[in-house]
Amino acid sequence: MAQHQVNYTQNGGLPVALTSIDKLVNWGRSNSLWALTYGLACCGIEMMASGASRYDFDRFGTIFRASPRQADIMIVAGTLTKKHAEFIRRLYDQMTEPKWVISMGSCANTGGMFNTYATVQGVDRIVPVDIYLPGCAPRPETLQYAVMMLQKKIRAEKADKSQKPKRLM
Amino acid sequence: MQHKNRLRPFFENITFEREDNELILNFGPQHPSSHGQLRLMLHLQQEQIVKAHPDVGYLHRGMEKMAENMIYNEFLPTTDRMDYIASSSNNYGFALAVEKLIGLEVPRRAKVIRMMLLEVNRLMSHLFWLATTALDVGAMTVFLYGFREREYLMDLLEDYCGARLTHSAIRIGGVPLDLPDNFIADLKKFLDKLPANIKDYEDLLDTNRIWQMRMEDVGVISKEMALSWGCTGPMLRASGVKWDIRKEEPYELYDEVEFDIPWSDKGDNYARYKLYMAEMRESAKILYQVLDMYKDTSPELMAHAPKYISAPKIDIMTQNYSLMQHFVLVTQGMRPPVGEVYVPTAPSFWHTGVLTDLLPGHYIPDVVSIIGTTNIVFGEVDR
Repeated sequence: MAQHQVNYTQNGGLPVALTSIDKLVNWGRSNSLWALTYGLACCGIEMMASGASRYDFDRFGTIFRASPRQADIMIVAGTLTKKHAEFIRRLYDQMTEPKWVISMGSCANTGGMFNTYATVQGVDRIVPVDIYLPGCAPRPETLQYAVMMLQKKIRAEKADKSQKPKRLM
Repeated sequence: MQHKNRLRPFFENITFEREDNELILNFGPQHPSSHGQLRLMLHLQQEQIVKAHPDVGYLHRGMEKMAENMIYNEFLPTTDRMDYIASSSNNYGFALAVEKLIGLEVPRRAKVIRMMLLEVNRLMSHLFWLATTALDVGAMTVFLYGFREREYLMDLLEDYCGARLTHSAIRIGGVPLDLPDNFIADLKKFLDKLPANIKDYEDLLDTNRIWQMRMEDVGVISKEMALSWGCTGPMLRASGVKWDIRKEEPYELYDEVEFDIPWSDKGDNYARYKLYMAEMRESAKILYQVLDMYKDTSPELMAHAPKYISAPKIDIMTQNYSLMQHFVLVTQGMRPPVGEVYVPTAPSFWHTGVLTDLLPGHYIPDVVSIIGTTNIVFGEVDR
């Protein structure tokens, strides 16, 4: 019935690509990292800027989602206080596997300049962090670089089983 | 049974089981349109709010406590992180308070540069307000446009002080740097384009039916309410009080520039939106005048007060006494005379309080647009 015939030995070869499941799955995962909006403080503004017109995060397949159930990565942007700490853990637990965390800015990394009674000294005490991103506040380019680093990390992971439980500090 | 070590949700004396058919809805602190970390406990009858209880403190970072153990200049970068959308304005508020305490007179060029920074920050803040509020209401296009223009202003400030968001560009006693070569030309270029940009936003929003439905007659603050809650800025002026601190108690060179105070007596969200747009135009007007002032000023940037302010670098490098003074100022900090000045208090704090009176009677979707137009920043509310 076919009206045309494709010569697979010419014209660019067979429409077949050989790869491993790991690579295929990780290719998909790493290129559609939907981020949970977690703008806590100043870094949240830069996170919004990286999602907005000039820095355009959509190019990387990173689209901000407001619901933890639709998100793959949590970008903790800003100071985490002790009062807020329980919420971040609850939202992290609500995210579906596989999930990753980027800690954006000095406050989220170590508490930064706010070494006080109210501030959590590093978000890695509450949720396991994959990428630490320095700066106060980091530029949008830095956040883009961090997402690219995370993509690299994801591509090196195994896709066939669920991730090992990550370590808290 | 709940495990002992698991984190338990914490609610302050709120019973969720109620017999009067009232629903309690928790809004935030992580709601994407809560502008930071506002948490609201909303009591609902059907979809109507009968009681609203704003809960603050989710971004309390203990800045006042930090300040107790710092010298004055050390605390300046921390003021950036209060209202992080317009950082220079916070730097200015703090610097002005200290200057009043010491009794310093700032050189004219520093004043002009400060005026520029303040107004550029105002523009940035208003553009950010417009972008995020429009996004909350559902106008994605305006969000992208607003951020596009904001990036140009951030470039300008980056040219000036090297930082995009947290500037620390105003020091006690003046400003640290003179304007870079192309700053004035770039700012002029931006200002020339600004009216057309503002018209673009207004074309998109002004007569947009969705925008009007979400904004008109929603969140009406009466004059009495605005005054009794201590509202300031557009929140006050939209409610029929023609009060602008720049006119009433002028600081810097605001008494030398010509500008109008936009105001309205409607008091609703739409009036506040129109006010923000008008203020951007006024800001541009002020900036044009300040740019002209810059040319005929002498190049001093820091006030001359050896007891409190370090000498210029050339003096520190060449003169022994200046070096000694500088050493003392860096290690021990300045010691202003004992006195009393008022440091800036955060307007957003009271604007959060208004929500208690403002929200009852409204519906759930209105909450987002009302929070949007109150323009609260949580770094400033909680500190």
